[in-house]
Amino acid sequence: MNLADLYRDVIVDHNRHPRNFGSLPQPSHHAEGSNPLCGDQLKVSLDVADGVIRDIRCEGRGCAISTASASLMSEAVKGHTLDEVAALFGEVHHMLTSQEAIPGPQLGKLAALSGVREFPARVKCASLCWHTLNAALAGDAAPVTTE
Amino acid sequence: MALIVPLRREYDVLGLRGQFPALQRRINGRALTYLDNGASAQQPAAVIEAVSDYSRNHHSNVHRGVHTLSQEATALFEGARGKVRGFINAASDREIVFVRGTTEAINLVAGTLGRSRLQPGDEVVISWLEHHANIVPWQMLCEQAGAQLRVVPMDRRGVVDFDAYRALLGPRTKIVALAHVSNALGTVLPIREFIAEARARGIATVVDGAQAVPHQRIDVQALGCDFYAFSGHKMYGPTGIGVLYAREAVLATLPPWQGGGDMILTVSFTRTTWNSLPWRFEAGTPNIAGAVGLGAAIDWLGQVGMEAIAAHEADLLAFATERLATIPGLTIIGTAPDKASLVSFTVDGVHPHDLGTVLDAEGVAVRTGHHCAMPVMEFFDVPATTRASFALYNTRAEIEILHAALTRAIGMLR
Repeated sequence: MNLADLYRDVIVDHNRHPRNFGSLPQPSHHAEGSNPLCGDQLKVSLDVADGVIRDIRCEGRGCAISTASASLMSEAVKGHTLDEVAALFGEVHHMLTSQEAIPGPQLGKLAALSGVREFPARVKCASLCWHTLNAALAGDAAPVTTE
Repeated sequence: MALIVPLRREYDVLGLRGQFPALQRRINGRALTYLDNGASAQQPAAVIEAVSDYSRNHHSNVHRGVHTLSQEATALFEGARGKVRGFINAASDREIVFVRGTTEAINLVAGTLGRSRLQPGDEVVISWLEHHANIVPWQMLCEQAGAQLRVVPMDRRGVVDFDAYRALLGPRTKIVALAHVSNALGTVLPIREFIAEARARGIATVVDGAQAVPHQRIDVQALGCDFYAFSGHKMYGPTGIGVLYAREAVLATLPPWQGGGDMILTVSFTRTTWNSLPWRFEAGTPNIAGAVGLGAAIDWLGQVGMEAIAAHEADLLAFATERLATIPGLTIIGTAPDKASLVSFTVDGVHPHDLGTVLDAEGVAVRTGHHCAMPVMEFFDVPATTRASFALYNTRAEIEILHAALTRAIGMLR
């Protein structure tokens, strides 16, 4: 168990200065997610056109892991097709839950979250934004939760 | 002239710590600093051994067999009931109902007193600082009965407004249910005064004593409440065992709760007659081992002395409050003048869950989250807090460890 591996500089930076923070005025898709036990709350709004995520904003309040994960996700999915995003989600999920996974180059900066798997209680913090993104894309009206 | 030296037994905190096997553990290479006692306290060897001795040598079902083991199990189980009665100064063993814990105790009261007494339009009064266990059962009851749940406000210190409470009590108020001590804030309610106001109006009183019982001597007759609920595992006993104290004059008037074995005298397909108190409210085979463990915890606490524990914990609270206040950006949530030995706090720019993870890496166990008191979190407009809650075995040195770990965590995260 290595704290420095969890709170890497990239994570601390994205927690201090979350990218794409806020909400889109007229999103094509949006959803809310929460971790009731933690009190974490997140809203994701998207501008999707022609199967591509043209723009994304995330806002809410949560721990450093959930805030940084949402920030990193927003950078990683912007400008990508829905198929590419679905594949990326699979990679992230594998990285967060498998002890053997070696993050591939396609993960880019998201690989900074690989230390989370050493802290099972915190995996849901890192995955909240992805579940909320998926709910937005699926058009789910009900808020998602990772509990 | 003879020099008179007063006999004073020193509070031997290190000696007491040595009696707790779990406190000898190391976590992530560090000595365990266990500051999550408000959630559950550790068990001394005396409790662990009493449960083990019961399971190894005396186990059988209670109140049934004529054989030796059944008689021994019954004597141990009922002996534990007597210890509980003495511990809280109830008038009779008939007033001590064994339950799973505080939550079950409150549900029992809601399901019997509540369901038999509450009419549409009646009111149940609780306070803002209640644990979910003293909110949700009343909410469910009120919904079923068409009654209203009324909430007594508190101020920014976490002090429940006594005048507002008095003003809320009216002809429709049938039940008042209040925490003795807040688990999220530490506030100690002047519960005797609260109870007296309700009693004077003929209103039934229910006290959630889960956070009070480990820290101070409880005398239910002096308090004057109708019901007092608490859990074994917060007072150094096992999980899965708790107590509902119920004043006999009230308990005798309640309908049965759960039906089954042990709560009956006779059963036929046309008519069943109920057992006497307290067994009428203990359907099914009880947690015998848990009751034995709780009895052992009471004996052990009696040797340490509740007054000595209260004095030691008051010192820890004062020291922790003073030390944590020196950390820049740290805000203590819950600043009532009368507090139990816990400190709930937030740190600017650092989420409690990140603090909890970093502290754990240093062997420091604290609770982070909403503490099953979401209305309290909403009142203070925080999603969660970090809570260090102290027990009879904690030391000032451990508070220094907490202080140092917090300082490092904040440096890493902010």
